[in-house]
Amino acid sequence: MHELSIVSSVVETVEESLANYPGARVVEVRLKVGALASVVVDSLEFCWGIAIEGTALAGSRLVVVTLPVVMHCAHCDADVELDGVQSFRCPRCGEICLDLRQGRELDIESYEIEEADRSEEIGVKG
Amino acid sequence: MTTRIVELRRGILKKNDELAAGLRDRYAAGGVLVLNLVSSPGTGKTAFLERTLRELRERGAKVAALVGDLETDNDAKRLAASGAPVRQINTHGICHLDAEMISKHLEGWELADLDYLFIENVGNLVCPSSYDLGEKIRVALLSVTEGEDKPLKYPTLFNSADAAVITKMDIAEPCGFDRELALKNINEIRPGIRIFETSAKTGAGMEEWLAYLAEERVKREAFQ
Repeated sequence: MHELSIVSSVVETVEESLANYPGARVVEVRLKVGALASVVVDSLEFCWGIAIEGTALAGSRLVVVTLPVVMHCAHCDADVELDGVQSFRCPRCGEICLDLRQGRELDIESYEIEEADRSEEIGVKG
Repeated sequence: MTTRIVELRRGILKKNDELAAGLRDRYAAGGVLVLNLVSSPGTGKTAFLERTLRELRERGAKVAALVGDLETDNDAKRLAASGAPVRQINTHGICHLDAEMISKHLEGWELADLDYLFIENVGNLVCPSSYDLGEKIRVALLSVTEGEDKPLKYPTLFNSADAAVITKMDIAEPCGFDRELALKNINEIRPGIRIFETSAKTGAGMEEWLAYLAEERVKREAFQ
């Protein structure tokens, strides 16, 4: 339900960073979203189209990589990946896991831009 | 044209997280135990909080509350009847409280004069789990009318909670509430969490809840 405000904040952050690359066109923005982040990927993608309209990111794609929950199992002394978020037991030994190592991420990983080549720029000036 | 990847590697909610960290420091400096109450609409957060505020005040504790709703100040009026200072936060359509709203609504309150501050979040089992309000304890509430599988349906919220409260226990029987199953489901999603079985109407479970609050407050003082 709060996906629009989330993507709006992504747009804002990328726009701030874009100031370092004048004239660049944004092709793609990559997010990492954990299985426990409480956001719906389809909804992020839907809201993306609305949020980028009229901004420097217009026409860009949103790529969302989802991360499974990883817990540290004290019994196995290992980091284990859970199959879902319906149970927090170690899939190897069945013991309860309390130590969350991955799954709450809601991060902007990177974005891809297209820039005019330097030689082209010089050419224009020449 | 050349393409370039710009690495950002930053949290999308970084601004909220930074504000929440600032609030956490302020709460600690003021020696106030802060709790964030989260549940579906209709679980009985307000009734539970009304009783909690009243009973804490009867025991001489200094308490205050912030209450979030999309519209109206009905809940603030109900809570204020306890005699505690209460402020309503109207989000006007936003489905959760964030750290900025809390910060704004704390203006003028002297945190050092409080023992407990309760934040009643907007009724929603999804979005509030993403927004840190700087609280020490996040409480997930579940009523006996909602179905025992609610923790399985909304695992992200129950997994982020520090304590769980089952409300309306006085009507558990006519609702056919399967207590064992509800406890089992909460424990699957958040193993080892403290669970309180309460009724704001009869007062059942309130002693245990209030004892927990007092314990947590002592712990908190010891940490400062």
